[in-house]
Amino acid sequence: MHPAFSVIFFTTLSGAGYGLMAWLGAVVLLQFGGGAAMGAMSPRMLAVALALALILVSVGLLSSTLHLGKPMRAWRAFSQWRSSWLSREGVMAVATYVPALALLAWAFAPSAHAGVGAIWPAVVAVALLVGAALTVGCTAMIYASLKPIPAWRHRLVVPAYLAFALLAGAALLAALPGASGIARLASFALIPLAFVTAAIKLRYWRDIDRTPLTVTRGDAVGLPQRELDVFERPHTEDNYLTREMGYVLARKHARKLRRIALALFAVAPVVLSMIALALPAVAAIAMPLATLSLLLGTLVERWLFFAEARHLVTLYY
Amino acid sequence: MTDLPPPSKKKLGLVIDLDTCVGCHACAVSCKEWNAGGFAAPLTDEHPYGKDPSGIWFNRVHSYEVAASEAAPARAEAMPLADPVRGCSEVAAPQPAMTLHFPRSCLHCEQPACVTVCPTGASYKRAEDGIVLVDEDKCIGCKLCSWACPYGAREYSPVEGVMKKCTLCIDRIYNENLDESERQPACVQACPTRARHFGDLGDPESKVSKLVAERGGVDLMAQLGYQPTNKYLPPRPRRAGPAEATPREEALDTKQLPSALRWLDRMLSR
Repeated sequence: MHPAFSVIFFTTLSGAGYGLMAWLGAVVLLQFGGGAAMGAMSPRMLAVALALALILVSVGLLSSTLHLGKPMRAWRAFSQWRSSWLSREGVMAVATYVPALALLAWAFAPSAHAGVGAIWPAVVAVALLVGAALTVGCTAMIYASLKPIPAWRHRLVVPAYLAFALLAGAALLAALPGASGIARLASFALIPLAFVTAAIKLRYWRDIDRTPLTVTRGDAVGLPQRELDVFERPHTEDNYLTREMGYVLARKHARKLRRIALALFAVAPVVLSMIALALPAVAAIAMPLATLSLLLGTLVERWLFFAEARHLVTLYY
Repeated sequence: MTDLPPPSKKKLGLVIDLDTCVGCHACAVSCKEWNAGGFAAPLTDEHPYGKDPSGIWFNRVHSYEVAASEAAPARAEAMPLADPVRGCSEVAAPQPAMTLHFPRSCLHCEQPACVTVCPTGASYKRAEDGIVLVDEDKCIGCKLCSWACPYGAREYSPVEGVMKKCTLCIDRIYNENLDESERQPACVQACPTRARHFGDLGDPESKVSKLVAERGGVDLMAQLGYQPTNKYLPPRPRRAGPAEATPREEALDTKQLPSALRWLDRMLSR
């Protein structure tokens, strides 16, 4: 599949934004559940973190409209949530703004909202956590529901998207200046999460390498028992199908790119987190670096996710 | 709504005979000609007279080399629509190598994922006759429908910014301004070998349904579950086995020749 940069950029950035939202929802919930001992987050810090998450998500969503042929009609994409995962993603993405903005309002002036009852921030936090997870889940399901792209049907596609979102969210939380207690907790959580994410991706890569296409060119033309070779293509020039669905560059460099992705999204962030935990003085440099590396690694991983996936229509060509 | 309508009684579609198709591209060309001015218009080309012309085609005719096959054990499940007894015996016979011309177009599936993935409702399957269409005034050009189609039926037009697909010539088949004999898709009308047939595949008594039953018409990539309406008729089994297709080595037994020729052979062989 041709990797459209706007889509890769969107899933990486908004994934990170929703991951951060999920973490913030969990932190607020913990604080209300009496877990303040784990490192309370000041309302001011919460506001900064939420604003960052909202910016990432908004930039991601706007960039995703760049690959549309008719961006001005994008509003129509909210209508078909009953059948389309893309539509569901749009609905959930917008719906998640509601708890995010509500929590932001509360974080800006907690005393002004004292009258609403202490339970409300917790309820909003749960809504934020669930909304963020569902949005990322819907994004992954867009790909996981496509039968003509067997690699994307893999059962680890949805867990991988969720894991990357949580990983990036933890890194962003750890990189926020002035949130020392929470930042340390996030740096600590990042380490096992990076291992889990790496394990998911390694398993996915191993499986897609070992699983041959179950559909043959014979099946594609209705002669399942016969062996066919292309004698002549319909047209001498490439067309939309061969450009969009046929993409061979990544398969050529897959091994190297996978190692680069793994180093950037797992190895470097883990090492930097360990340094930050051991030497709190350098955490302010180490964790932003870890975040940057992780996001770059995720971009490479997403690029591979597209470029390595083979669409069945290529059987005809 | 991109929810699918309940299965229609009437299922308009094509039956394409791979036995008689000669790969002349007349279907592709006449389709392009009609649709450049019809329901799906414009059917834009980019750099049509330039170095690298590119454009939308609803029909693309592929040509393949089919390798000779040994007497293979037939897989009954692979030909779900074929007569199990006759289909198997046909396939089991050794077949010579051959050329296959394969016209590829929208199959107007019963379970069209291109419709259900559409986020805007621009893609729809008509409840009355099962034709799958795009409302180009609603399409946002996200291309997801083209990803969801394993048959490559949908193409994106960067000029209009929307998706384009075969309409089964909806503006011909119901067109009362046309002579009754011309109310069929342009590709069917143009085919010089009558390899394309148009009709109601939902009616078991229709000509096309009978043709499918008689010739063992198949679904493409049936295992994916899209339930295409269009059917393809596999090439009729060739009489000659693979052994006869390969040229035999010339052998000359000189002892069998008359004496004069034997002498000539000896002289020329020196």
